[in-house]
Amino acid sequence: MPERSTSPGLSPRQVLIILAALAAVSITAFMVIGAKGSWGFVLPFRGTKVWGIAMVGGAIAVATVLFQTITANRILTPGIMGYDALFRLVRTVQIFFLGGLSYATFNAQLQFALETVLMVALSTLLFRWLFNRAARDLYLLVLVGIVFGVLFRSLAGLMQRLINPNDYAVLQDVMFAGFNTIDKSLLMVSTLAILGTGVWVWRLLPALDVLNLGRDNAINLGVAYRSVVSQVLIIIAVLVSVSTALVGPVTFFGLLVSNLAYMLIRSHKHALILPAAVLLAIISLIGGQVILERVFGFDSALAIIIEFVGGVVFIAMLLKGNRK
Amino acid sequence: MPKLIIGVLAVLLLAIVSLFIGVSDVTPMSLFSSSPEDRPMQVLLISRIPRTLALILSGSALAVAGLLMQMLARNRFVEPGTAGTVESAIFGILLITILWPASPLLAKMLAATVTALLGTALFMQILRRIPLRSTLMVPLVGIMLGGVIASVTDFFAYRLDLLQTLGTWQLGDFSSVLRGRYELLWIGALLVGIAWYAADRFTVAGLGQDFTTNLGLNYRRVLTLGLSIVAMVTATVVVSVGTIPFLGLIVPNLVAMAVGDNARRAIPWIVLLGAGFVLICDIIGRVIRFPYEIPIGTVFGVIGSALFLYLLLRRRPADA
Repeated sequence: MPERSTSPGLSPRQVLIILAALAAVSITAFMVIGAKGSWGFVLPFRGTKVWGIAMVGGAIAVATVLFQTITANRILTPGIMGYDALFRLVRTVQIFFLGGLSYATFNAQLQFALETVLMVALSTLLFRWLFNRAARDLYLLVLVGIVFGVLFRSLAGLMQRLINPNDYAVLQDVMFAGFNTIDKSLLMVSTLAILGTGVWVWRLLPALDVLNLGRDNAINLGVAYRSVVSQVLIIIAVLVSVSTALVGPVTFFGLLVSNLAYMLIRSHKHALILPAAVLLAIISLIGGQVILERVFGFDSALAIIIEFVGGVVFIAMLLKGNRK
Repeated sequence: MPKLIIGVLAVLLLAIVSLFIGVSDVTPMSLFSSSPEDRPMQVLLISRIPRTLALILSGSALAVAGLLMQMLARNRFVEPGTAGTVESAIFGILLITILWPASPLLAKMLAATVTALLGTALFMQILRRIPLRSTLMVPLVGIMLGGVIASVTDFFAYRLDLLQTLGTWQLGDFSSVLRGRYELLWIGALLVGIAWYAADRFTVAGLGQDFTTNLGLNYRRVLTLGLSIVAMVTATVVVSVGTIPFLGLIVPNLVAMAVGDNARRAIPWIVLLGAGFVLICDIIGRVIRFPYEIPIGTVFGVIGSALFLYLLLRRRPADA
């Protein structure tokens, strides 16, 4: 599947070094370009933003690559399968039962922890149920995932209106963040969650590489298949919760960075693919933000552009996969 | 036939219920006890009757448009919302709103029709490039195409600060339907009539280009007529009340499960079920959080996607 036309002579390690350099350049550019006023204000202000965006990008990249490994394909991603929408629904349900007022006074970190636990349970259940029913037909899986996404979004919309029809729009703003309005109260706890899952993924790396050989081979080679998949599902749910809580849903972003990483790295080793995907995510989010904001003056259109490019790539992948 | 009469009566009953729901005091009693110039009668004439008519007209037209799409694309899971048609129509409305801000509803509708037709034609072109198509891949490509078109629309709307305006066409809502603002939907009724009249042609066209030509029909003309009807119905509904997701997909499929695939026989049922469905969902949206209203787009988003999932997953895993 990967075209070998790009960077024919580079080894995965060289690719990683170049990507790391590019990531460093985009971060520096983001911090420095167009800064007015005192550095004492600009650097911490932008630093928090870079930190948040990098966290989100990394979380989405890792979640997508892991999801594609356990489902053994390169089209499915948590975003396309409605995971983001599920997290928003979980958050809405929580507010629905806590009541809008107490939501504001409730401890943000505790709330987030509760949401993540719920998210882990629900997404694992959904995944198991879905893959037991429809594992063989990839198109059915994707379509069902998309429609589940619509269902979750509509349910969340319905409940938000039931909570308080008058303040619907206001409520939506308070409840959900965007790329430019990263929820800073969750940055610390998100970082901890991401570091924790990072260590976990690191320990699973050998098993993940074996999973790439297919379920039966993996079992033959002594991988505790069910247990590894369960652990990966938990990791994915945590990562999606973090990214959605911080910036909201970005459906196609994971698809773009994961496939770009496969294309550039040309190896099945997760130890190489995962860092590449994370770096690509940081480069495209932060670099893209710099180019759009500072060069074109387009402020926060980045998410829209990602949806556009991602949609086109997705259609191309569907058509290409069909021709084989 | 007698079953059809029961269906008509059921829809009429729903329509009557729909007429008498609302904050303003309109009951059969208050209507009789007051003169025609009084408030209850005026509310009924200006707001309630137009709303109920708009519900019936758009529900039935969207359902029939879904059936046409399914016959022409030869796929059970295609409808204006899973073929890029709806998103293209919204793009057209946005375009004309930018170029001609004070444009009348009719101009908006025509612009939406043109772009809807172009978007649907693009979808059909993409389909032709897939020689061996999986049934489920077709709506998938359509949904994604819709997403791509929607992101272009979003981009312009975002740049020009029109995102909020965009929302009114994206989410179906009948609460602002008044006399003088829904009449375009009658065009949809006319188009449904044409579709019924030409139903056999569409059935034949659905069997393929060679087959159609063999029977002496001009395939391209039938295809163009069908797609034009779909585009225009979508445009009138989106301009007047917004989008109702998956309606055109679910209704024809449910009817096909009950009465089979013969289009001429199915269309009356599709009209009734489409209207009835929309009426019920609108009533739910008006009652569930009385005196507030929940837009039908949200209510139907829940019910519609749940039913779509049922249609997708009811087949056993083995033959999926």
